[in-house]
Amino acid sequence: MSPSTSEAPTARIEEIIAEHRHLEGPMLPIFHALQEEFDHVPEAALAPIADALNLTRAEVHGVMSFYHDFRKAPPGRHVVKICRAEACQSMGSEALAARALEKAGLDWHATSPDGRVTVEPVYCLGLCACAPAAMVGDKLHARLNEARLDKILAEARS
Amino acid sequence: MSMKIYVPADAAARALGADAVAAAVTAEAKARGLDVTLVRNGTRGMIWLEPLLEVETETGRTGFGPVTAEDVPALFDAAFGDHALALGPVEQIPYFAKQTRLTFARCGLIDPLSLEDYEAHGGLSGLRRALDMDRDGIVQEVTDSGLRGRGGAGFPTGIKWNTVKDAEAPQKYIVCNADEGDSGTFADRMIMEGDPFTLIEGMAIAGLGVGATKGYVYLRSEYPDAIRVMTEAVRRARVFGLLGDSVLGSAHAFDMEIRSGAGAYVCGEETSLLNSLEGKRGIVRAKPPLPALEGFLGRPTVVNNVISLATVPVIFEKGAEHYRDFGLGRSRGTIPLQIAGNVKYGGLFETAFGMPLGEIVEEIGGGTASGRPVKAVQVGGPLGAYLPVHQFDTPFGYEEFDGQKALIGHAGLVVFDDTADMLAMARFAMEFCAIESCGKCTPCRIGAVRGVETLDRIGRGDGGAVEILTDLCDTMTDGSLCALGGFTPYPVMSALRHFPEEFSVSRKVAAE
Repeated sequence: MSPSTSEAPTARIEEIIAEHRHLEGPMLPIFHALQEEFDHVPEAALAPIADALNLTRAEVHGVMSFYHDFRKAPPGRHVVKICRAEACQSMGSEALAARALEKAGLDWHATSPDGRVTVEPVYCLGLCACAPAAMVGDKLHARLNEARLDKILAEARS
Repeated sequence: MSMKIYVPADAAARALGADAVAAAVTAEAKARGLDVTLVRNGTRGMIWLEPLLEVETETGRTGFGPVTAEDVPALFDAAFGDHALALGPVEQIPYFAKQTRLTFARCGLIDPLSLEDYEAHGGLSGLRRALDMDRDGIVQEVTDSGLRGRGGAGFPTGIKWNTVKDAEAPQKYIVCNADEGDSGTFADRMIMEGDPFTLIEGMAIAGLGVGATKGYVYLRSEYPDAIRVMTEAVRRARVFGLLGDSVLGSAHAFDMEIRSGAGAYVCGEETSLLNSLEGKRGIVRAKPPLPALEGFLGRPTVVNNVISLATVPVIFEKGAEHYRDFGLGRSRGTIPLQIAGNVKYGGLFETAFGMPLGEIVEEIGGGTASGRPVKAVQVGGPLGAYLPVHQFDTPFGYEEFDGQKALIGHAGLVVFDDTADMLAMARFAMEFCAIESCGKCTPCRIGAVRGVETLDRIGRGDGGAVEILTDLCDTMTDGSLCALGGFTPYPVMSALRHFPEEFSVSRKVAAE
């Protein structure tokens, strides 16, 4: 279902660049808009961004690869981010996540073989007073326990 | 009869089911043919009670919580009176009544996106007062208030503003650091979602004070709700005339944009943030030059934390003296404590500086959620020290914590019970630094990796590695370019200092 890098339509990439290039510091807004559109930042976008911003392609790649958020390839259909920061750890998040991932046959940063779910660590969702927490897409979940985390993963895979 | 019901749209409340509660309220009102106005407010900060439903009565707002969607029909049956979840008048709940809400006075009270509500509760009066002052007067007011940077460094805000005010440049900027990445902190998120106009007003006052006409909020991508609310608030502020070529009809221009971060913790460091905002890798810059002189795009820039800027309106509304009369020593005013982790009453508690740590954790926070004894509290995020119970008499203040080889940071407190493995927590601190290091300086980039390896050696029973760890931490402290590498030794060394038995050879024997 997701377009492969080579298929990302050049016209749309050019449009997105044009929409943002007038900004002061347009690079991150361009990456965010591309990822919003394509679920990743297509390789094919790097050269036109470099042209538009008068940078080398290596510089553009350097910026993109610096940030955890920007992906080279589309993720699974649902991205489940489980918090691994201290406040969640104090409520047992590490054991909770390890158990749920093992049960689901998944690993950190991995996508399920059916392409339905990608699991990623996140370091703080600002839900530290109702830990442990996770985010599926933009939807937040707090006060997780074994049953709730299993349910979230199962729903993401269904 | 018309009824007004409040159900928070704060991210924490939503993560705990507030949207379903709100939908149930709407559905139930419709089924019963009742005229109900539903307001999605911010959170009051009593997160353990979320979702906290409030009903407006003749005697003020009365609360119910934590509410699930399934509870809603019974609440209607009880006519929002006698019910097992009834909490009584919300502002008389001891956790709330004990606070001094200055920065967060409106948070949870008003409809976050209603400028009418905002003005009715004191909003914009600070900006109106500032519009009648000259630049010197505005900056002096901030200096007199004693406000210090709430991001963690505690630098006097007025002095920073003064440097930018006196700098000559065709364009100056106000940059708000909303990259609140520290675990245990959520004050920035809460105010941006619950009272966004107070941040906009604070940035506008900063713009007037230093002569900047453009502002940016660099907001972390992990906060999609805050990004949405702030973006809409900026749009409404433009329509209203709070932002634009003529701020509230004056001769002053100020406009701002919301920019999204991209998951890099180090971008909470101000120079790294500026690079990121410019569209570069979030690499730390050497100082000098100070951002106040050469900041965003090389121009004079105020970089302030959300809470610093969001506190400016109340300082102008009530006067510098009113604000500085709160506090302790050189820590003036109030601090929004974020009580988090393994704690019974987790939430935000705004109070004057000076409350002892133990009172915050045991009395306000109610001890651990697990019911087990408190072992340690990490204060100030992943770069903050672990304070054991014997340091609980430390008053909450910048210098007071510094004296205990700790820091208050952004005032987040993460409580751990006696099951916490302090060696594992020390290892995590190094691992986090290794993951998030920008890579510019060696002590941080290499040191953090070596730190993980050394802690693994200690974990395997190699007691001799403790000395290497101590030496490595000294190098990171003295040689790192910014607080990421420079402060990672705080959690590591505090864990080692206060819980040496967990780093000793006997640990391995005990484990076997």
